[in-house]
Amino acid sequence: MPTIYIDNKPYEVKAGKNLLEACLAQGVDIPYFCWHPSLGSVGACRQCAVKLFKDENDTQGRLVMSCLEGVRDGLRLSVNDKMAKAFREQIIEWLMTNHPHDCPVCDEGGSCHLQDMTVMTGHDYRHYDFKKRTYRNQYLGPLIHHEMNRCIQCYRCVRYYKDYAGGEDLNVFAANNKVYFGREKDGVLESPFSGNLAEVCPTGVFTDKTLKEHYTRKWDLTMAPSVCQHCSVGCNTIAGERYGELRVILNRYNGEVNGYFLCDRGRFGYEFVNDENRVKQPVIRNRTSEAVTEPELTTYLQTAMYNSKLIGIGSPRAAVETNFALQQLVGPGNFYKGISEDEAYLTNKVVRILETGTVHSASLKDIEQSDAVLILGEDIWNTAPMMALAVRQSVKKTAYSHAAEQSKLPIWHDAAIQEFVQEEKGFLANITVAGSPLDGIAAYTAYGAPDNLARLGFAIAHELNTSLPVVSNVDDDLINKAKSIAAVLLKAKKPVIVSGISCYSEGVIEAAFNIAASLNTAERKAAICYALPACNSMGLGMMNAPSFDHAVTRLQREQDMTVVIVENDLYRDISSSVLDTFFSKAANIIVLDSLHNRTTEKANVLIPAATFAEGDGTMVNYEGRAQRFFQVFMPANPFIRESWKWLKEMNLYKTQGSNGHNQPPEELLEKLESTSHQFEGISKVTPPHDFTIHGERIPREPHRYSGRTAMLANLNVSEPKPMQDNDSPLSFTMEGFKGIQPSIAIPFFWSPGWNSVQSVTKYQEEPGGHLRGGDPGVKLFHDRQGSEPSFFKGMPESFAERPEKWLVLPQYHVLGSGELSIYTKALEELTPSPSVSLSQQDANRLNVQNGDMLQVNADAKKYLLAVTINKNLCNGVVLVSAGLGEVEGMSWGSWVKVSRCE
Amino acid sequence: MERPLTKNINQAQPLNLKEYEAVGGYAAVRKVIQGMTPQEVQKVVQDSTLKGRGGAGFNTGMKWSFVPMGPDARHPKYLIANADEMEPGTFKDRLLLEGNPHQLIEGMILSAYAIQADISYIFLRWAYRKAAQLLRKCFAEAYEAGYLGKNILGSGWSLEMYLHTGVGRYICGEETALLNALEGKRATPRAKPPFPQVSGLFGKPTIVNNVETFCCIPHILNNGVEWFKGLSKSEDGGTKIYGVSGKVKRPGAWELPMGVTMRELLEEHAGGMLDGYQFRGALPGGASTDFLTADHLDVKMDFKSVAAAGSRLGTGTMVVLDDATCPVGFVHNLQHFFAQESCGWCTPCREGLPWVEKILLRMEQGRGKTGDIELLEMHSKMLGPGNTFCALAPGAVEPLQSALKYFREDFERHIIEGKCPYHSATEAPKRFSKSMVV
Repeated sequence: MPTIYIDNKPYEVKAGKNLLEACLAQGVDIPYFCWHPSLGSVGACRQCAVKLFKDENDTQGRLVMSCLEGVRDGLRLSVNDKMAKAFREQIIEWLMTNHPHDCPVCDEGGSCHLQDMTVMTGHDYRHYDFKKRTYRNQYLGPLIHHEMNRCIQCYRCVRYYKDYAGGEDLNVFAANNKVYFGREKDGVLESPFSGNLAEVCPTGVFTDKTLKEHYTRKWDLTMAPSVCQHCSVGCNTIAGERYGELRVILNRYNGEVNGYFLCDRGRFGYEFVNDENRVKQPVIRNRTSEAVTEPELTTYLQTAMYNSKLIGIGSPRAAVETNFALQQLVGPGNFYKGISEDEAYLTNKVVRILETGTVHSASLKDIEQSDAVLILGEDIWNTAPMMALAVRQSVKKTAYSHAAEQSKLPIWHDAAIQEFVQEEKGFLANITVAGSPLDGIAAYTAYGAPDNLARLGFAIAHELNTSLPVVSNVDDDLINKAKSIAAVLLKAKKPVIVSGISCYSEGVIEAAFNIAASLNTAERKAAICYALPACNSMGLGMMNAPSFDHAVTRLQREQDMTVVIVENDLYRDISSSVLDTFFSKAANIIVLDSLHNRTTEKANVLIPAATFAEGDGTMVNYEGRAQRFFQVFMPANPFIRESWKWLKEMNLYKTQGSNGHNQPPEELLEKLESTSHQFEGISKVTPPHDFTIHGERIPREPHRYSGRTAMLANLNVSEPKPMQDNDSPLSFTMEGFKGIQPSIAIPFFWSPGWNSVQSVTKYQEEPGGHLRGGDPGVKLFHDRQGSEPSFFKGMPESFAERPEKWLVLPQYHVLGSGELSIYTKALEELTPSPSVSLSQQDANRLNVQNGDMLQVNADAKKYLLAVTINKNLCNGVVLVSAGLGEVEGMSWGSWVKVSRCE
Repeated sequence: MERPLTKNINQAQPLNLKEYEAVGGYAAVRKVIQGMTPQEVQKVVQDSTLKGRGGAGFNTGMKWSFVPMGPDARHPKYLIANADEMEPGTFKDRLLLEGNPHQLIEGMILSAYAIQADISYIFLRWAYRKAAQLLRKCFAEAYEAGYLGKNILGSGWSLEMYLHTGVGRYICGEETALLNALEGKRATPRAKPPFPQVSGLFGKPTIVNNVETFCCIPHILNNGVEWFKGLSKSEDGGTKIYGVSGKVKRPGAWELPMGVTMRELLEEHAGGMLDGYQFRGALPGGASTDFLTADHLDVKMDFKSVAAAGSRLGTGTMVVLDDATCPVGFVHNLQHFFAQESCGWCTPCREGLPWVEKILLRMEQGRGKTGDIELLEMHSKMLGPGNTFCALAPGAVEPLQSALKYFREDFERHIIEGKCPYHSATEAPKRFSKSMVV
């Protein structure tokens, strides 16, 4: 480790870093704007100037930008040098010549990097007395607000949006002091990662428009560490509340998962928590007065639980605790996963593969750092957006590392490396049913029916490992493609294979494993991941339980059953023909959920459930990482409780026990661990509920929180007692532990002088590195080095079209397919209308064009859908928008009838 | 006195290929391609002490020597002529472009051979329409004659040449901004290192030289190192095209031995000041160089001597300030140009220069304030070399800082008298653009 001297004090720093990173990692503050750990150095803002000296005898030194100078042993620099300080202060004065100083009305005020840096440099008096430059703002869509006058031209927005996220519709225009950051003309930002602009921008040019709808200063929020609910990636978030309303979702840095960023579905999809459609009152239907009081409900449930034969239907979007509590209530033999047989089967397959540990289960960080990526059969752009962003970084970083090696340039020097790299890209083979936006950066693309994708996968696996079966009846084209892909993968040191279950093909999952396991050697560490449909699909999949289809046959067999369904709108996954019969056979239906939906309509008893914001729980992401979300606020409505709490209560009624009313959630997890070895370690996902630091709990509110005594004074002038949290080590106050919170329980990032999100640096081992104390989450799958993989030997036959029938597969949409995110009005606005995609030839055959209506007959239901012709799609396959509009769950991967509407 | 660069200049009717060959044109190409290795060409040019004529004055052969050579070098390599001449007061390249375009093309072919380039561009200022027309015609002739294209003169070496006309950004004269512009990107300068010799156009090894530099090459290779050195009156070899503008009797450009004195240039070639005007000072090397005054008239116009006097030779095109012109207005005019031409990439240049411009305009309009001079001084210090991303702002403040030094009294009078002493009350200085209204 090189030693550098900062103002004559020696520091041991990590080699290969620039001075700015090195200083920040040592806790030495240097102001900066254009530099960002994820974007590298470009030297535009000139804010991070320091003095660099030749040796200890050099008293003159020269001014350098610390972001552009590499660390080397014995290097001497001064941050406190008079000239360096004066220059940094002058930079702020220059930036302020056109900044409007509208902090009081700016959304960023109080959590603004520009404010922090201004204070840090000591700039306090303006000499500039001319008129300021002004701009016209643009309409950028319903998610991001634009306020160009505040711009300090750090170029971060375009570097993030274009270079990092691959967006094409945000740019920098004009020159000199009129440079403008925006779109060519007003319009909705196209990238589904646009929300990050609000955090990347060091001031208030790009801000969260949904926050604006119910604005709160960030320091006035009650916040808790949370986990995104909108796909299987499980990005870490910070959720903030005020006045009983969820106001904002911010990124919570996790070095292994989402890093600095979130997708727009995750960032903006929170408004379902505040929606009018919430289940607010327990209801017992078919009575004169359906709304019931707590004693009435208790009485009812006591009888119902004690007297009935119960079966439970779990959910891939409910927490591990909730599914487990339901299993406990109904008994292991009576618990069913609330997903279709196909989905359960395929998820189970994934679980079995990852459980063996023969191939490492890839985190997003593993994907970002891989040097070759093969995607087989999954449109991750739409099913796991942040995974797609990680793949993009792999493609970029591989080229960067290559260039750095060739040119001897430091890898952090974005300005230099970028010019050297030019169009060179790392390796991505994107093999999907009908293409994805990632095709633009892929070295290889291939499209086809799932069976054919699987066969290409098996062909690649055979090229890598000749002991694996040969793919029969193939053309040379497929073999050549397989050969060339295999050749590149063999050259990689850290290849990652990405797949998933959304093309409903067992072969695809197996082929992906065969490739990854064949690549995995002592010298080459391969990794694999499978995107799953929902936020806790993995947690549910890991439970030993049959699928919903088994519950259907059970009800056909047995009478007088009471069905308990938690947090699951079955109509999104199962067709209504099956469900309507199922419900008609049930003697009693008890549903716990947070929002009214088609399933809650069927309930005889409907019980309000807490959302992620009002409760604690654990979810397991695609990678097998168990992550805890903490309650953000105590709902005013006393009926809103975590489902697992209701279920535990119901369990007590059933067993007529009296103990255990107030058990903390970790006890559920401990019980789960002891009954199911696959969940071993999951109870470590959170500190125990009575955890304290020096006797103090971790406050959810920053010490700057205002209005505590006043905010409810219109109701009661005496200050209310703070709510008690018996489930977690967090408190609903601003008092308590003041310092860097343990990485597992960070409700907000803050450090003295660092009020913006940039304060995350203080929580990291080094800028952009792991959180101090380790990135949160408990990995439930463990690598078993050297264990012999059991390869899959069977493979599907080549796909054959059928007359008059089409194979139907789901088409997911990054914004729109989410069950809960769609409650956010802004996201609803961006949701495409449901459609059916088919090949040009099939369209010709059916005599339809783009926009014409087609009738799709699936599972005894008829859908009228608009036609989208997809040139990548093969004949004989149609894609139907999943979860949009009236589209219910259908038997994906089955053959349906498609006909022209007259 | 020999004037190799301008000897065959004919602005009315430039030489066509045949005529150019008749006066010895392309002889160097034949000689070099058939009888010299690229390394030998580099060596000759390096020994000739030819220094870049675009302003920075770096040894041309030395610059070339950083280009990776041999079988492992990355290809295609590029060679680019910087013909984006648009600094106020600079017009020397235009003379060469419009007067003898084949000379430039020949120089470029020879230079491209020396670095084994595959593709070459001439990046031409958009307004040089006549030059563009001529160059296109000359390209065709050179391709036809086999001096350009595949397998030049049977050597196995090939070179393509293209003309690219800019859109009128001064910053494109900065070689790395030029590369970005040529790639179709925003014309902002690039970080150095990597230097273009290693990672230039499209990330490949690239040489960018000034038009005048290239025009010297055929003569060096035809006549040898000693001859070239002998042309000069200083340690920098060759002749130089010097220019003079301002209130002189005969403004213009002349090819003279490197190292003539300012006095000789001003008095003998430019004919001295116009009647009724006194010499107050001059920017010796174009708009981005420090003022020199009457005390410096005996300074030799070569890189070292001008630097010793506190300025830069730059492009060698002198802008003269006379006693009837307001130095504040003069500098304001320049700052207006530089502020407008800032690319907007780095803070000091983007925000600092418009501020300087506004202060100067206010002074000119008689609204100068106490403290304005200090603010100007602060800017000339803070916009110095190393503080900004490229050399535009440091160059821009050179005339400002030296004006503050030599003509400080004029600045003070503007503030104290509340008007420009050089203007009558009715003749207010004009504004330059709406955006610059203060």
